[in-house]
Amino acid sequence: MAAETVLALVVLGALVLYALSGGADYGGGMWDLLAAGPRARRQREAIEHAIGPIWEANHVWLILVVVILFTAFPAAFAALMTALHVPLTLVLLGIVARGSAFVFRRYDVQADAVHRRWSRVFGVASFLTPFLLGLVLGALASGDIRVAGGRVTTGFLAGWTGPFAIGVGLFAQGLFAFLAATYLTVDTEGAPDLQEDFRRRALLSGLSLAPAAALAFALSRRGAPGIFQMLTGLWGLLLFLGTSACALGALAALWLRRYRWARAAAVGQVTLILLGWGLGQYPYLIVPDVTFEGARAAGPTLRMLVWALAVGAVLLLPSFAYLFRLFKGRDRQA
Amino acid sequence: MSDLLSARVLMAVSLGFHIVFAVAGIGMPLLMALAEGLWLRTREPVYLDLARRWARGTAILFAVGAVSGTVLAFELGLLWPGFMAFAGGVIGMPFSLEGFAFFTEAIFLGIYLYGWERISPGAHWLAGVLVAASGVASGVFVVTANAWMNAPAGFRLVGGRVAEVDPVAAMLNPASLNQVVHMALAAYVATGFGVAAVHAFFLLRDRGSRFHRRAFAIALVAGAVTIPLEVVSGDFLAKMVARNQPAKFAAMEGHYRTAAGAALVIGGLPDDAARETRWAIRVPGLLSFLAHGDFGATVTGLADIPRDEWPPTAVVHLAFDLMVALGVALLALAAWAGWLAWRRRGLPDDPRFLRACVAAGPLGIVAIEAGWTVTEVGRQPWIIWQVMRTTEAVTPMPGLVVPLVVFTGVFLLLAAIVAFLLRRQFLETDPARVGSRRPDTRGG
Repeated sequence: MAAETVLALVVLGALVLYALSGGADYGGGMWDLLAAGPRARRQREAIEHAIGPIWEANHVWLILVVVILFTAFPAAFAALMTALHVPLTLVLLGIVARGSAFVFRRYDVQADAVHRRWSRVFGVASFLTPFLLGLVLGALASGDIRVAGGRVTTGFLAGWTGPFAIGVGLFAQGLFAFLAATYLTVDTEGAPDLQEDFRRRALLSGLSLAPAAALAFALSRRGAPGIFQMLTGLWGLLLFLGTSACALGALAALWLRRYRWARAAAVGQVTLILLGWGLGQYPYLIVPDVTFEGARAAGPTLRMLVWALAVGAVLLLPSFAYLFRLFKGRDRQA
Repeated sequence: MSDLLSARVLMAVSLGFHIVFAVAGIGMPLLMALAEGLWLRTREPVYLDLARRWARGTAILFAVGAVSGTVLAFELGLLWPGFMAFAGGVIGMPFSLEGFAFFTEAIFLGIYLYGWERISPGAHWLAGVLVAASGVASGVFVVTANAWMNAPAGFRLVGGRVAEVDPVAAMLNPASLNQVVHMALAAYVATGFGVAAVHAFFLLRDRGSRFHRRAFAIALVAGAVTIPLEVVSGDFLAKMVARNQPAKFAAMEGHYRTAAGAALVIGGLPDDAARETRWAIRVPGLLSFLAHGDFGATVTGLADIPRDEWPPTAVVHLAFDLMVALGVALLALAAWAGWLAWRRRGLPDDPRFLRACVAAGPLGIVAIEAGWTVTEVGRQPWIIWQVMRTTEAVTPMPGLVVPLVVFTGVFLLLAAIVAFLLRRQFLETDPARVGSRRPDTRGG
C-alpha cells in the first residue's frame, strides 16, 4: 500500500478515535449545560469525574490529525486552512473556552454560583464546537471549495455555509450527545438514580439522531454528491445496514438497561458513520480538486512518518490502555 | 493595520502567551517529581504535601498550555499557509513527534493528577517522571522546527519548490542542538526562580515554615544549578548565530560597520539612518571575542548586508541586551545563594536574600520572552532564513485584525484568571497549618 494511503487511513482512524473519545467529552459538556432536576449538581459531578482524567489525552487525537495533515499533505492543509479560516478560528475559540473553563471550575472557589458560571462557559463551548467541526467536515465533502494551482479560488465562505454542512454540524452535535449519555450510563454504575437520568438522555438523543441522519442524507444529494453516491451504492447499503443495526441495538440495550452492550453498540455506530464518511470522501481531501495523492509530501517524509507512527503506536497504545483501565475499568471505584 | 502586520502580531501574541505555559509544562513536572521522589526516600509528609500542591498548579498551567498550543498548531496554517504548503513536508516531522510527546504527557498527567489513591507510590512517581520527560521532549521537538526556520537544511530548492527532502537532516540542522539546549535549560531556570520567588514570599512572613523551606530549597536549586549552564549555552548559540545568520547577529549587537577587533555595544539606541548605535557603552574587541573567540576577528556589520534584509535593529538589539542582562542578574543571584549556602551549610534565608529572590521571580520568564523576540524578529524579513520571506507566507484572508483583537482579549482574560487561581491555590491551603507545626531548628 502506498505511504499516502496508509497515512490517509491513519488520519481517518485518528478522527474516529477523536470522535469516540473527544466527541464524548463534548457531549459530556452538553449534558453538563443541560443538567437539570434535583440531581443537577450530582450529574455535573459524574460528568466531571468521568472525563477529568482522560480528556487532555483525548484532545490530542485532534492535534495528531492536524500534524499528520500538515506533514504528509501540506498543500491540502494550506488550502483547507485558508478556505475554512473562519469556522476553524471559531473552533479554536471553542476549544480554548472549553478547556480553560473545565480546569478553572475544578480549581476555583467551590461555591455554587462560581461553579455554575464555569459550567455555562464549558457547556456552551461544548455545544458550539462540534457543530463547527461538523461544518468543516461537511465543507470538505461539499465540492464547493475550489482550488487551482494551490490557491483557493472560492473565497472564505464556500462550503461551510451551505445546508449540507449545517446538516452535518447538527448531526455531529446529536451524535456526541448520544455517545456521552450512553457512556455515562456505564460511568454511573453504582448510582442507579443518576444512571436512570443518563439512560433517559441517551434514549432521547439516540432517537433524535434518526431524523438528523435522514436530513443530512437528503441534503447530501445536492450538497455532497460524492457522499450521496457512496451512500446509495452497495457499500453504502452495507454501511447503512450496519449503522442501523448498531443504532437499534444501542437503543434496545439502553431500554433493557444493558449499559455495557449499549456502549459497545454506540461505539460501533459512530465508527461506521465516520468510516462511511471516509469512504465517500476518498480519494479527495477537499472535493473535487485536492486528492491525498496530489497533495502528498515527498516520499522520504511520508515513509519516515509511517515508521514514526508505528513506533509511536507501540509506545502509546499500552499507555492508553493503562489510562483507561485505571479510570474506566470494571474494578474501579465509582 | 495591514493584514500582514496583524498576522505577525497575532502569532507573536500567541507564542508569547503559550511560551509561559509551555515553560511551566516543562519545569513544573520536574519540581513535582523531585518533591515526590524526596518523599519516597525520606517519607517526610511535607514532601508529599508539596508534590500535591505543585501538581494542582501544574494542572491549571498544563490545561491552558494545551489549549494555547492547539491555537498555535492551527495558526501555523490559518495565518501562514504559504509557509506550511512549502515547509510542512520538510519540517512537519518534529511536529508529529511532538504530537506523540504531548500524548504521553497528557496520558501520564491524567494518571498523576487523578491516580494518587489508585496506584502504588512508586508507579505514581514514575508517572510524574514520564510527564517531566515528555514535557521536555515536546519542547525539544518544537524548538527543532523553529531552528530549521533559522538554518534550513534537508532539502534542495528546484524551481521554487522543495526537492530531495531528507526529514532527518532537516531536524538535525545546524541550529537545532544549540537552540534546543538553550530553551530546555531556560525552562528550568525560569520555573526554578519563578517558583522560588513564591515560596520566598511566604518565608518572609514565616521563616520557620517547614513546607516553604523545603519548597524554596528545591526550586532554588533547580534555578541556580541551571543558570550557569544557560549562560554557557547562550554563548554557544550566539557564536552559531554569528556564523550562520550575520544579519541577525549584527542586529542583536547593534553593530553596523564591519570591523576587525569590533567593540561590544551594550545598550544604547540603534539608529538605522545614521548607521550607528547611539548612547551605548562600548567595550573594545569584546564583540569579536564573543562572536569568534578571537579579539582581532572580523565581525560583519549591517552596512554590508542588503538594506532589504535587515531585521528591525532596535527591537532585536534591545531585546537581546535585556535577555543578557536578566541572565546575568540571575547568575549573580545564584552565586549569592551558593555563597550563603556554603557559608552557613544550610538554606540561605536572610530577609535580604529572600527579598531579592521575590524580586527575581519574573526575570526568567521575561528573559525567555525577550529571547524569543530576538529569535523571531531577528529572523525577519525571512520566515525561512534566506529561503522564504514572511510576506510570501501570509494568508490571503482579509480582516485579520478581528482575530487579533479577539485572541488578545481572550489571552489577557485567561492570564488574569490563571494568576487569580494560582494565588488561590497557595492562600487557600493555609501554609502555616502544614509548615509550622514543628519548627525546623536545623535550618532546612
